[in-house]
Amino acid sequence: MDLKKINDYTWEIPKTGEMKVPTVIYTSSKLLEDVKRDRTLQQARNVACLPGIQKMAYVMPDAHQGYGFPIGGVAAFDLDQGIISPGGVGYDINCGVRLLKTGYTEKDIHEKRKQLLDEIFREVPAGVGKGGITRLNRNVLLEVCTKGAEWAVENGYGRREDLKRTEENGRMREADPSHLSPRAIERGIPQLGTLGAGNHFLEIQKVSEIFDGDVAGVFGIHSVGQILVMIHCGSRGLGHQVASDFIRLMEDKIGSRGLPDRELINAPVRSPLGQQYYKSMSAAVNYAFANRQMIAHWVRNVFKKVMGSAEGMDQVYDVCHNVAKIEKHTIDGRLKDVCVHRKGATRSFGPGREEIPEVYRSVGQPIIIPGSMGTASYILVGTHEAEQLSFGSTAHGAGRVMSRHEAIRRFRGEKIKQDLESRGIELKSTSWKGVAEEASQAYKDVDEVVKVSHKAGIGKLVAKVIPVGVMKG
Amino acid sequence: MERYRFLEHTADAKFQAFGETLEDAFCNAALATASLMWDWEKIEQNVEHRVEIEGKDLLQLLCSFLEEIIYLLDSRSFLLGFPGDIKIEQKKSRYTLKALFRGDNFSKKYKIYGDVKAITYNEMEIESNDRFTAQVVVDV
Repeated sequence: MDLKKINDYTWEIPKTGEMKVPTVIYTSSKLLEDVKRDRTLQQARNVACLPGIQKMAYVMPDAHQGYGFPIGGVAAFDLDQGIISPGGVGYDINCGVRLLKTGYTEKDIHEKRKQLLDEIFREVPAGVGKGGITRLNRNVLLEVCTKGAEWAVENGYGRREDLKRTEENGRMREADPSHLSPRAIERGIPQLGTLGAGNHFLEIQKVSEIFDGDVAGVFGIHSVGQILVMIHCGSRGLGHQVASDFIRLMEDKIGSRGLPDRELINAPVRSPLGQQYYKSMSAAVNYAFANRQMIAHWVRNVFKKVMGSAEGMDQVYDVCHNVAKIEKHTIDGRLKDVCVHRKGATRSFGPGREEIPEVYRSVGQPIIIPGSMGTASYILVGTHEAEQLSFGSTAHGAGRVMSRHEAIRRFRGEKIKQDLESRGIELKSTSWKGVAEEASQAYKDVDEVVKVSHKAGIGKLVAKVIPVGVMKG
Repeated sequence: MERYRFLEHTADAKFQAFGETLEDAFCNAALATASLMWDWEKIEQNVEHRVEIEGKDLLQLLCSFLEEIIYLLDSRSFLLGFPGDIKIEQKKSRYTLKALFRGDNFSKKYKIYGDVKAITYNEMEIESNDRFTAQVVVDV
């Protein structure tokens, strides 16, 4: 495959064969080596062949092989000629990250961090057999899917101000849960308000470095040592079922003939099936917003109980990193509506975009990039350049480099916990095996990922945070 | 005979399941999927769920069959111990599968150590040479 270096942080696969547009990869020579080892580039090339794709198919710095689209893939499609694809969003619809700030410093919580983590572990259900905090019925679930985080706030989970500091204000208005299958609803009912397992986690973190004090200040991050809380989870079984259901419906009604990969199955954006997927996906997005809203509420309760107060625990922001949305972008000098797919990519809108909360509109959108378990995470800010370079998108995490099985063979959960503790990081998990799978060595170097984002201009560094306590689902 | 074998995959879990018959290969694919979440050999067989699915081809049938495991886990807290009485038939252009899932409802005596989000079509293959091999990548 022809891979052309454009600059130190940008490579291009020129348009050849069936490709309708070129593919652009934001990476470094170091990260590119990992990317070349799996099918990431081939998958990105396949995306460039899809009908109605605009400008370029983009690959983010943390990209790795997915199914259909690569993880870390961004593509925008014309609304009339283009498609929408469940495989371009991923199974965990609106997997995302929420960040809360606190008025506490590392010193304030030092003695109580273990207690904080223990209480969070008790309050926030992780998964199977642990749900049922809120016994839901079908009608309530449909309301959750319609109203998203708004439903949660109306039902006593968190604060109205949180909504303004959530992507889409915590509610995609296009959502229509009437196309959700009975199975999606059945899977969704017991899991609302659960973290889930796999790479999902909840961390108590401290600010370790501030790169841009002015922007950090606007985000409410004032000093090194300030305690933050990061919540990483998604739409659980409901979202997974929506993806599986529509892949099957599209297979039955449209078929995957001519596609290089069955997971690239898609429907025209404006077709009835395309619209049904979009509205159902939006319903799953709302479920995930409600989920994180509830978890944030329980985290505040724990701080109130253990530390005496949850004052100052405002939400910094909440971002989706698996989603498709209709957005306005400039293409060939003309502003037009396109269907942007971000699969393992975070929106990165620069100053002035009306989608950004008013409080942040002068500086750009906060971007939350979680690292792997026990390593640094980063807060970045969206840029104007990103809107030109990547449809306003950047990385979403560290990105795996090692299979889970290899990680289990190489690492022991108990040993990882000891190592983290020797570095002052508490860890609680439902499973040692799960801890081993998520060993930080199984991931790319998140420091390098955010450096590429910064240097390529698709998301600028604001602050670095490191964990103090980790709850892994 | 070896039931299943896991292969390298950067992010997700990829396995091959083997069988003398197509039904055996499907059975072992179900056990491989369950093994990503719990130790199926340790699940008592106290609860049964009858499974009936169909697909337009064998890949779709396999995908839907394995999805049943996740669906029953999420909606009924059911842990699969063994998929018995699997019967696959072809009727005109559609395939049907019947099986009896035996296992138990989740309780504290069981340990769940992983999450399977979805069964994918990525690199999915069913081959029949001297034996049947079903290859699956699941999103974890």
